[in-house]
Amino acid sequence: MHPAAAGPSSGLGLEADAFDEIARRVRRHVVRIAGTPHGCHLGGALSCVEILVTLYFDVLRLDPLDPRWPPRDMFVFSKGHAAAALYSVLVERGYLAEASLSTYCAAGSTLLGHPTRHIPGVEFATGSMGHGLSLGVGVALGLKRRGNSESRVFVLLGDGELQEGSVWEAAMAAHHFGLDNLCAVVDRNLGQNDGATESIMRLGEVAPRWQAFGWGVRTVDGHDFPALRTALGAVPYAAGTPSAVVARTVKGRGVAGIEGDPRSHYMTLSARSVERALRGLRNTGPAGPP
Amino acid sequence: MTGRTGEPVSAYDTGTILAGLYAADVASCREAYRATLVELAAADERIVCLEADLGGQRNSFQARFPDRYYNFGLAEANMVSAAAGLAATGLVPFVHTMANFVVARACEQIKIDVAYHQANVKLVASYGGIAGAAFGPTHHATEDLAILRALPGMAVVNPADAVETVEVLVAAATQDGPWYVRLGRDPTPVVHRQASGFRLGTAGVLRAGTDVTLVASGQSPVPIALEAAERLAEEGIAAGVLNMSTLKPLDTAAVAAMVRASGAAVTIEEHNIIGGLGSAVAEVVAELGYGRLVRLGVPDTFVDQGGTYPVLLARYGVSVDALVAAVRRLLTHKHTTGGMP
Repeated sequence: MHPAAAGPSSGLGLEADAFDEIARRVRRHVVRIAGTPHGCHLGGALSCVEILVTLYFDVLRLDPLDPRWPPRDMFVFSKGHAAAALYSVLVERGYLAEASLSTYCAAGSTLLGHPTRHIPGVEFATGSMGHGLSLGVGVALGLKRRGNSESRVFVLLGDGELQEGSVWEAAMAAHHFGLDNLCAVVDRNLGQNDGATESIMRLGEVAPRWQAFGWGVRTVDGHDFPALRTALGAVPYAAGTPSAVVARTVKGRGVAGIEGDPRSHYMTLSARSVERALRGLRNTGPAGPP
Repeated sequence: MTGRTGEPVSAYDTGTILAGLYAADVASCREAYRATLVELAAADERIVCLEADLGGQRNSFQARFPDRYYNFGLAEANMVSAAAGLAATGLVPFVHTMANFVVARACEQIKIDVAYHQANVKLVASYGGIAGAAFGPTHHATEDLAILRALPGMAVVNPADAVETVEVLVAAATQDGPWYVRLGRDPTPVVHRQASGFRLGTAGVLRAGTDVTLVASGQSPVPIALEAAERLAEEGIAAGVLNMSTLKPLDTAAVAAMVRASGAAVTIEEHNIIGGLGSAVAEVVAELGYGRLVRLGVPDTFVDQGGTYPVLLARYGVSVDALVAAVRRLLTHKHTTGGMP
C-alpha cells in the first residue's frame, strides 16, 4: 500500500513523482499475477494502469477504510478482464492487503480472473463486456433521484468492448437523461482477444462516435499522468451532458517485448519471464503521438 | 382460501383495488400491476418505474410521479443493467416490458447484473406465455420460467389472477432481492374472492381432493384447473387444485404432501413443457421416488398459428378438455398399477 493511501479523499495531493512510483508498483503486481498458474489478461491490464492510478489517487472521492462511504464516487470497472490491474491498484490504495494478491484464482479466493461481488471497493462484478456503462447509467440516475449531487460515476471500458451494442444503448440513455455525473473512460489500446481491434471489427476514430451520441469528449494520452489528471479532473465538460475520455494507450505497456502486441491479451508468464519482465519494467510516461 | 397464512398486507393502500377485483369476474393483471404500482410508490418513495416503450401513452405512474418514471426506449438490455445500478443507490426499480423482451433479450443482464448481485430489482413482465396470441412467436414467452428458474437467487412468480398479482407486488416491494413476476395480457378469471394470502414459496390449496392433484400455475392454467376439477367431480373424481404461483423457490413440501395424499398429479402451465412448472414438480416427484405425474403445457413447439388466445391455448393443450382427459388416463393407469410402487 502506498504510504498516502489511507483515508477518504478525492486527490491525495501527491507529488507528480509519486504517481510514477505507484504505477511502477502496480505494474510489478500485475506482472507477478501473470506469473501465477492462471495467468491474466496482461496486455489490457498494463494499458490501463495510469488511468486507474489517476482515478484512485487523484479523482475518485472514496474511503478505503469505509468502502460503502455514502458520498463516495462510484467506479465501474467494465473491462473486468483486466482484473489484475484493478486488484493491484486496490492494494496500493489500501482496500486489499498485498498478500491477498498471492491468492489470485486460488482455491477459496474471491480474487478471480474477473472481479466477483465480494471484493472491498468493487461496486459491481464485471467481466461480460458491455454491462458497465449501463450500470453506470443506473447509478447516475439513482444519485440524481436521491438528491446526491456530490457523487459521480466513472466507468472504464475497453475499446473492443465498444463493439457490444449495449454500450451504445447506454450512451444514448446517458445523453437522453442528461447524466453529467457520469464519465466513461475508454482504454483505447487497439487490441482485443483475437487481434487488433481494427482488423476484428473496425472502430476507427472513437471520439466522434461519442460526440455523435451527445457526449462531451476529450482525447488524451492514456499513459500521461498530467494529461489524465487534467481531463478526468475537469468533468463534466458541459452541464447536463455525460463526459467521455478517450485514452490512447499501448497494450502491454511497460513490459518490453509485448508492448503494442495484441498477443499480450492473455498471458501466463514463466518464473523466468516474470523476473525478466520485472527487471525490464520501463518507467512509465506518455506514450507519445499516435 | 386455505393453505397459506398470509401476513397482513402492510401499509400499502391496495384495499380499493382489491375490493374492485373481488367483485369482478375477469380482470387484467397488467392493469392491476399499473394501478398497484402507483399505490406502492405513493407509500414508498424508493420505488421507481422503468419501461421500454411499452408503458403506454397515458401511463398512470408517469402522470403521478413523472420524476420517478424512466422510459428507456427500445433498449431492454440497457434498462435491466441500469435497474441494477439504480438499486445500488438504494432505490427499488420496477421494470416492465413484455416477457420475451426482458427475459430472452436481456437474459445475460438479468443473470449477471440482477441475479448475481442479488439486486433489489423487480422485473414485471406482461405477455407471459402465449398471451400475445396472434402477435406470434416474437411476442410469446414459453421459455422464460425455465431460464429464470436456473438463476440462483431469483424469485419467480406466476400469479393466478389479478388479486394475487396485487399481493405479489406488495410482497415484491417489501422483500429485498430480485423478483420476476409473470403476467399475461387480456383479462382472465378472478379466482380469489378474498385475499389469496400470497407468500413467496408457498403454494395455495384452492380445492381439496384425494384422487388426483391438479397443479397449475398462471392466469389461464389455474382457472382451467378449477373448472376441470368441477367437471371431474361430476364423474366422481375428487381432484385437488394447487396454485403453484411461486415457481422458485418451489414449495417442495406442498408437492410432497400432495403426492402422499393422492399419489397422482397433473401439472398444467402456459409454458414449454420443458423446464417450467411440470419440470419443477417432476424433479421433486422423481426424488421422492413415488407418485405418478403427467405434464401439460406447450409441447416444445413455437406457436405460430393464428387464433384468439383461448383458441390457441386449447390447440396447444392448455384446456379443460385436455386436463380432464389427462386425469382420466392417469387414473386408469394408477388403478391398473396400484399407483404406488
